[in-house]
Amino acid sequence: MPDDLDQIFVTLNHLIRDLFPEPWQKVVSAVISIAGIIGVFASLFAVTTVFERKGLGRIQNRYGPNRVGPCGFLQPAADGIKALIKEDLVPRAADKVIHFLAPLMVVIPAFLVYAVLPIGRNMVLTDFDAGVLFFFAIGAATELSVFMAGWSSRNKYSLLGAMRAIAQMISYEIPLILSTVTVIMIVGSLSTTKIVDAQAGFHSIGLPNWFVFTPWGFAGFVLFMIAATAETNRSPFDLPEGESEIIAGYYIEYSGFKFALFFLGEYMGLFAISGLGITLFLGGWHAPLAILEFVPSWMWFFAKLLVLIFGFIWIRGTLPRLRMDQLMNFAWKFMLPMALINIISAAVWHFMLPERAPWERWLVGIALLVGPYLLLGRGLMEGKKLEKRTYRFAE
Amino acid sequence: MNPLAGYLILSAFLFAIGLAGALMRRNAIIVLIGIELMLNAANLNFIAFWRFSDHPETLTGIMFVIFSIGVAAAEAAVGLALIIAIYRHYKTANVDDVNSLKG
Amino acid sequence: MMNIVFAIIAAVTIAAAVAAMSLRNLVHCALALTVAFAGLAAAYLQLGAEFVGFTQLLVYVGAVAILVVFAILLTRGSEPQQSLVSSGWLAGGLVTIAVLGVLVYAIAKSSVVHRAAPAQPDVTVLQIGEALMNKFVLPLEVVGLLLTAALIGAVIIAMKEEGRK
Repeated sequence: MPDDLDQIFVTLNHLIRDLFPEPWQKVVSAVISIAGIIGVFASLFAVTTVFERKGLGRIQNRYGPNRVGPCGFLQPAADGIKALIKEDLVPRAADKVIHFLAPLMVVIPAFLVYAVLPIGRNMVLTDFDAGVLFFFAIGAATELSVFMAGWSSRNKYSLLGAMRAIAQMISYEIPLILSTVTVIMIVGSLSTTKIVDAQAGFHSIGLPNWFVFTPWGFAGFVLFMIAATAETNRSPFDLPEGESEIIAGYYIEYSGFKFALFFLGEYMGLFAISGLGITLFLGGWHAPLAILEFVPSWMWFFAKLLVLIFGFIWIRGTLPRLRMDQLMNFAWKFMLPMALINIISAAVWHFMLPERAPWERWLVGIALLVGPYLLLGRGLMEGKKLEKRTYRFAE
Repeated sequence: MNPLAGYLILSAFLFAIGLAGALMRRNAIIVLIGIELMLNAANLNFIAFWRFSDHPETLTGIMFVIFSIGVAAAEAAVGLALIIAIYRHYKTANVDDVNSLKG
Repeated sequence: MMNIVFAIIAAVTIAAAVAAMSLRNLVHCALALTVAFAGLAAAYLQLGAEFVGFTQLLVYVGAVAILVVFAILLTRGSEPQQSLVSSGWLAGGLVTIAVLGVLVYAIAKSSVVHRAAPAQPDVTVLQIGEALMNKFVLPLEVVGLLLTAALIGAVIIAMKEEGRK
């Protein structure tokens, strides 16, 4: 019975597929899977917008939206109707073709990357041999569309926002990719299904075999999540689209449905990169405890995804925005060296075999990471004179 | 005419288009774009020949293209830096106006 | 079926390349070049070289295209240009037609195009990695050195000179 529930979507897919004649079966199966992915993640987007606004509201000691529907949960419907019926303004001096194509170019790569995420047991759309490389290659296409949006509006502030966004995205792409290189190195394959399979099973003390429970995996996960926050332009890295600074950055001149498409693309990118983080570090669709294995695999994936989304919302409500030069310093002077040291730590961990040095490998692993972290952190803060804050009142 | 001929003709046309742009346009950046197109056409040639060769397991075509992509990226970076430096000095990016060494 | 896909890829790539070389607005040229790169990546995927196709997307579309766009913006290329062609355009055009003629003649007359097509090779990333570390380790290290030198050189060349007022 638990197996049936686990594979329910695969069985549904096969049922519908078998109704069609032989030459069409592959196409029909692919179309059903694609429709499923788009349907599920688009409704997750709608639910997340409400959660975000209510969550941020509660963190800031106010109610979120609470008029539409019970406790405000039909707000996405109201937002959708508003976006669809708003007038679509295109500035007179704007470059019409590129202005039209830019929102499409943001949304299409954001949806394309879901093809390599394993959502459950046997539930991956395409099992590429170079799946993780496909993810990063398609993600790199988003940067050019940010430029297209900013430049085509013929607006100084929009172009400035686009340049800052591109600089931020290419700076944080390197720690993102380097922190995944450690996982690829240990597993020995770029295929997402093989990475999830390598995290099966449990340790002797009941802890699962996930990579986040190793020193290099934990550091890699933290680096990956920070770089993911920066890649998707979320607070505290949302200077390019900071609402209190440059109004909306590179999508100032967009209104109505095109703005909704940008919003959709940003959230889809967030879900996709969280999904990749779950696949690489948090064990994909595996259960955290051996006794909980009866729960279907796709439920575990979505549970972990919801936990990560809640973490993103929490951080957005808590931390202040980073300035541009602070952002760049952080990426190049702190995260890049830490990611490189993480690779060395993972290699040392791999070669100290658990049978011969069980607790020494933990000691060496943690020391190799905490030492440089303290040194780099102290070293980079040397030049900044942080004193106790003094207040000057009008007397 | 097997599919290899199709890929070779595509690569020849891309090379010719890149060459035309590199020889006939005024702006230095378009010249560089033409050079990148020529490099890409050669890469396509390598992969097509690798696919239709008798011993594809030696991976020579793929290796060459990987290194060629890396070298082309480095050359594009240095070339564009040079164009920016020249622009700062001559205030123009036209290849016809940078002629102070002409006899 | 494969022929239709190849025809579409070829048409898109050649149209994008012609647009990249002949448009007046430089930013449009750079974006058409990006479409040409994407078309080439699709051609690599159809030929069965998955790793090279994704690397082409990651490096060319994700980095070189952005470099070109930044350079266009830093050299005021987004303002309208006066004339399209340089002073030696006639000689350039003749050379191009000659080169194209020679290439097409060589392809048509060669014997490789009349052979039968062998089976699709099955290459995994593991094999590429092993080849890079065993047989091609010297080119790998040299390319690393080259990229470091290019990085430092590009930064130094494009840096603003200080104290030269």
